[in-house]
Amino acid sequence: MPAAVEVIDLARRFGDVTALDGVNLSVAQGEFFGLLGPNGAGKTTLISILAGLTRADRGTARVLGHDVITDFRAARRSLGVVPQELVFDPFFSVRETLTFQAGYFGLRNQDAWIDEILQHLDLTTKANANMRSLSGGMKRRVLVGQALVHKPPVIVLDEPTAGVDVELRQSLWGFIRKLNRDGHTIILTTHYLEEAESLCGRIAMLKAGRVVALDTTHNLLARVTGITCRLRVERLPVPWRSRVVREDGGAFWIGLASFGELEALLAALRVEGIAVSELSIDETDLEDVFLRIMRNSEAAA
Amino acid sequence: MSGVAGRGWVTLLHKELLRFWKVGFQTVAAPILTALLYLLIFSHVLEGRVSLYGGRVGYTAFLVPGLVMMSILQNSFANSSSSLTQSKITGNLIFVLLPPLSALNLFAAYVLAAMVRGIAVGSGVLTATLLFNPSLLFLEHPFWVLAFALFGSAILGMLGLLAGLWAEKFDQLAVFQNFLIVPLTFLSGVFYSIHSLPPFWQALSRANPFFYMIDGFRYGFFGVSDVAPGVSFVIVATAAATLAALTLKLLASGWKLRP
Repeated sequence: MPAAVEVIDLARRFGDVTALDGVNLSVAQGEFFGLLGPNGAGKTTLISILAGLTRADRGTARVLGHDVITDFRAARRSLGVVPQELVFDPFFSVRETLTFQAGYFGLRNQDAWIDEILQHLDLTTKANANMRSLSGGMKRRVLVGQALVHKPPVIVLDEPTAGVDVELRQSLWGFIRKLNRDGHTIILTTHYLEEAESLCGRIAMLKAGRVVALDTTHNLLARVTGITCRLRVERLPVPWRSRVVREDGGAFWIGLASFGELEALLAALRVEGIAVSELSIDETDLEDVFLRIMRNSEAAA
Repeated sequence: MSGVAGRGWVTLLHKELLRFWKVGFQTVAAPILTALLYLLIFSHVLEGRVSLYGGRVGYTAFLVPGLVMMSILQNSFANSSSSLTQSKITGNLIFVLLPPLSALNLFAAYVLAAMVRGIAVGSGVLTATLLFNPSLLFLEHPFWVLAFALFGSAILGMLGLLAGLWAEKFDQLAVFQNFLIVPLTFLSGVFYSIHSLPPFWQALSRANPFFYMIDGFRYGFFGVSDVAPGVSFVIVATAAATLAALTLKLLASGWKLRP
C-alpha cells in the first residue's frame, strides 16, 4: 500500500530565503497528521509542492505513490486542498462554484453529492447565493467543499479554522473527523495547537524548512516530563532566567523537572524578596512541547 | 487516463464563457456600441471624400469589416488577459491550478473562450451595421472571412493569455494593451487602405502582423485587398502557430503560474 503522502529530500529556495531544506516525511493512508511550525517554517511551501502549485528545487513528492510532476493527473485527483487564503470567484454562486470544481476533475452530474456537501457544511440555504454575499466563515466552508467535491482520498487543510468562530470550528472538525473515520487521510496545518493535540495522531514540527520533530502526538507529549509553572512576578532571580519557556506581559512560564524544583524556585524568590502575585501549575500540553522543541532547535542551530 | 479527466477543460471553457456572458453588457454590448460610434462618426466625416479600390467601394462599406475585425481582436485579447489577471490577483486561479488540467487543457479553454467573445462582438457589430444600412453588405468569399476571424481571434486570445500570465496587476496589463495591442490595431489599416500611405508608412504597415489579419478579412468581403489573401493567410497562420508553441511551452513550464 503506497503512503498517502511521501516526501523525500524536498528543498526549495525563494531568492535568499530557504523555505524547505531537505524535508523527508511519510504519511500513511488513514492518518490524521499535523504539520506544525511557526510562520515561515515552510508548511505552506510543502503543501504547495504536493498540490503542484509550486515546484521543488530538489527532491521528490508523491501522493498515493503518484509523483506530483511526472504523474500529476493522478496525484492531483488524489488530493484535496483547502488553501489558507480566503479566495473565491465573485462571478458565481455557491452551487456553481462547487459544480465547476467537480467539472474541472471531469465529474459531471454531481448534484446529489454537492447537496450532501452543502448539508454537512451547513450551506444548504446559501446554495444559490453569490459568493460575494457570504461571510468569511461561509466562504471558508465553501473552500472545504471545493476541496472535497472530487472525493479525494487525501485531504490537506492549510489553517482551515483561521477566522472561523468557535461553534463553527467544532462542527467543521466534526465533519473532518467523520471523513477521517471514513478512510480519508487528513493532513492539517494549524496555529491552534490544542486543535492539533486533540485531532492529530501524529505530528511533524517544521522550523526554517527542516523537520525538527516527528512522532505520535502521544510520544511528543510524553517527551516533556515534569511540569510547567506559570507565575507573575516583577522579576526573576538570575539563575532562573534561562529556564523561562515563555514570557507574556509579566507572566513567566518555567519548565520544572519536578515539584522539588518548584520548592527551590519559590525559595529563591523568597531569598531575593520578590513577591509572587499569581502562581499556577499547567499540565503539559502540545504548546509546551512545541515551544521547547522550537527553542532547542534554535540552540542546536 | 483521458476519458473522464479529459473533460475537465470543457468545464473550464464553460466557466470562461459564463464569466463574460454574466456581464454581457460590459463585455459584448458596450464594445458593439463603441464600434458603431466609430462607424457613425468616421462615415459621416469621410463618406463621399474617400473611396477605395478604384472607386468600387465607398468609405463606410470599407470601414465596416475593419471595425468588425478590430472588435474581434480587441475583445479576444480582453477576454483571456483580464480573466487570467483577475484570477491571479484575487487568488482564485488556484481552483484551476489544483485540478489535473494540462497546459494544453488550459490553453484550449482560455483561447476558445477568447475567440467566442471576440467573434460574438464582431458578429454583433456586423449585424447592427447591416440593420441600419443593408446596402453595406458585401460578402464575396465567406470562407476567407471565417478563416481570418478564427485565426485573428485565436492570435489575440493567445496574446491575451501571455499578457495575463505575465502581468501581476492591471496596471501592467494596461501597458501591454495600450502600448502594444491598440497601436498595432490602429496602424494596421482598420480605417484606411495602406495604398494611401507614403512609402515609409506602407513598408512599416507590412511589418505589422495585424495588417494581414485585417487585409485578408477585408478580402473576404470585397474580393479585393492590398495583399493577396493566400499570402496574408500564410503569414497569419504562421504567427498563430508560433504563438501557440510559445504559449504552450510557457504554460507547461509553469512560468508565473506554478513558481
